[in-house]
Amino acid sequence: MAVNFLYPDYEVSRNDDRCIACRVCERQCANEVHEFLADTNKMVSDDAKCVNCHRCVALCPTRALKIVKNNNTYKENANWSAKTMNELYRQASSGGVLLSSMGNPENYPVYFDKILLNASQVTNPSIDPLREPMETRVFLGAKPQNIERDEAGRIVNNLPPHLTLSMPMMFSAMSYGSISYNAHESLARAAEELGILYNTGEGGLHEDFYCYGKNTIVQVASGRFGVHPDYLNSGAAIEIKIGQGAKPGIGGHLPGEKIVGDISRTRMIPEGSDAISPAPHHDIYSIEDLRQLVFSLKEATNYQKPIIVKIAAVHNVAAIASGIARSGADIIAIDGFRGGTGAAPTRIRDHVGVPIELALAGVDKRLRDEGIRDNVSIVAGGSIRSSADIVKAIALGADCVYIATAALIALGCHLCRSCHTGKCNWGIATQVPDLVKRLNPEIGYKRLVNLLTAWQHEIKEMIGGMGINSIESLKGNRLMLRGVGLSEKELEILGIKYAGE
Amino acid sequence: MKRVYVNEKWCLGCHLCEYYCAFGESNKKDMARALKDIKINPKIWIEEKDGVSFAVSCRHCKEPLCVKSCITGALTIKDGVVTINKDKCISCYTCILICPYGAVSPSEDGAVQKCELCVKTTWGTPACVEGCPNGAIVFEERG
Repeated sequence: MAVNFLYPDYEVSRNDDRCIACRVCERQCANEVHEFLADTNKMVSDDAKCVNCHRCVALCPTRALKIVKNNNTYKENANWSAKTMNELYRQASSGGVLLSSMGNPENYPVYFDKILLNASQVTNPSIDPLREPMETRVFLGAKPQNIERDEAGRIVNNLPPHLTLSMPMMFSAMSYGSISYNAHESLARAAEELGILYNTGEGGLHEDFYCYGKNTIVQVASGRFGVHPDYLNSGAAIEIKIGQGAKPGIGGHLPGEKIVGDISRTRMIPEGSDAISPAPHHDIYSIEDLRQLVFSLKEATNYQKPIIVKIAAVHNVAAIASGIARSGADIIAIDGFRGGTGAAPTRIRDHVGVPIELALAGVDKRLRDEGIRDNVSIVAGGSIRSSADIVKAIALGADCVYIATAALIALGCHLCRSCHTGKCNWGIATQVPDLVKRLNPEIGYKRLVNLLTAWQHEIKEMIGGMGINSIESLKGNRLMLRGVGLSEKELEILGIKYAGE
Repeated sequence: MKRVYVNEKWCLGCHLCEYYCAFGESNKKDMARALKDIKINPKIWIEEKDGVSFAVSCRHCKEPLCVKSCITGALTIKDGVVTINKDKCISCYTCILICPYGAVSPSEDGAVQKCELCVKTTWGTPACVEGCPNGAIVFEERG
């Protein structure tokens, strides 16, 4: 065998005193790390194959396993890190673009962690959500500009199509193809139970899930996979995907091997053909073009459904959002640079885009300054990790947030970032039947419901502490936020004061 | 009466039910100590072939053939649970031959063994159900 420059990143550490050789690790590892040696009645493992997904660790009934970071080291170098060198070795051997999955893991500032929330003391009463009513319901869509009356003076209902959510969260777009049938079913059922929405992503909608239509956002992306009249009319809203936070400016590529059976039928493309989403929509080169698509979709759905336009947070996001707010779209979704993905070129994922906190603050301010904030609702996504992030996002100007990575973690994802291999041991980012069945939607949807219900409780506690009894009253209320460890410029963009001010 | 039911749709063939069964039977607190270097002889086991797998254990039939066939009265129905009294079992294995589900098996000491829904263990409820990672084994009332 030729020299392999790469040493395994992780070691599978097995406590032989606790291992009972039940072989569950061996049976559950799609990467074939573990092996049972019958002659010695012992398990052994091949560290090189381990992706650190923790399936074996979680299922080991005696807790005999743990995965540890390999301390094999190169000569220390602050400039040429081991990670950089390993990537270089990998490319020198493959000649290919490095691929990665899930969100940007690099050490960029997380602004949510540098923002603190306010609470009431003495002069204004805080509210106890366990004793007093507390509203977390939100409505998404364009707001009427004025009150209209008919000849008899009665108020005319001129409210454009709206989405009503029981809490300010939705599951963001993950296509059937990038995630499994069972993952989709878990999201759809959870959305229905919670009174929120999930998003089909760009892979079309499986015929089994049309029954969740009122809790579904159907996506139209550049590949236009699976788009037909029934599809557009089946959802509560339609999302035009322009960009994705994990990979702004580039398209998608689901390899032909994954286009099998139901996925081929749902995407309306032949089995085995690569599903390539072009980088741009080839019919959208301007806001005017976008407006055409927005109104084409409205026309196709009889002006019954709000249209969402989803963009990645990039440098000119505020100006772009201003254009979108004038395009006839009802909702703008902004996806920050930490947003997840099933596969993206590593360099794009790790180096393109801007943080959602700054993008969101910039967009909200721009739309308010231009007097068009009520034209649209804003949905912020791209690594919403907790209810505190949600409260901060709403105070920065979002109407609602998109959650995806957190939802997948609730379903078992351990962020091993190997989605692109298609061998997800948790049955999420895979189409291999034996792996897909590992995610039982009956269990999965309850975990999602639990997570979001818990977050809803926490949101009530946090806003109650501020003396606010409705999440809508927090929207854009940046006085409830203070920065720590931020520069004057950062505070200016976020539109918040420094802690102590 | 609550019984153990299996659903092959969600069975992963991980065999954890077998180990939890043996652990439950051991009445020890720690699975590593209970099962280390032991070849288990569980009362539930996985049948698998051609990508299909499912757990098999006693159905606790309303009219159990094993009880009818037992010549010493070692097998009886107690509160719906088909129970074995090992002291009375003479290891004739008629029950093993007659059980249409193959759910009765010989134990190490010769007497037959079978799932008794953990009523005699410290778990109290079936350990296989609690140990199943994917909800493929359930303990529920189905009339």
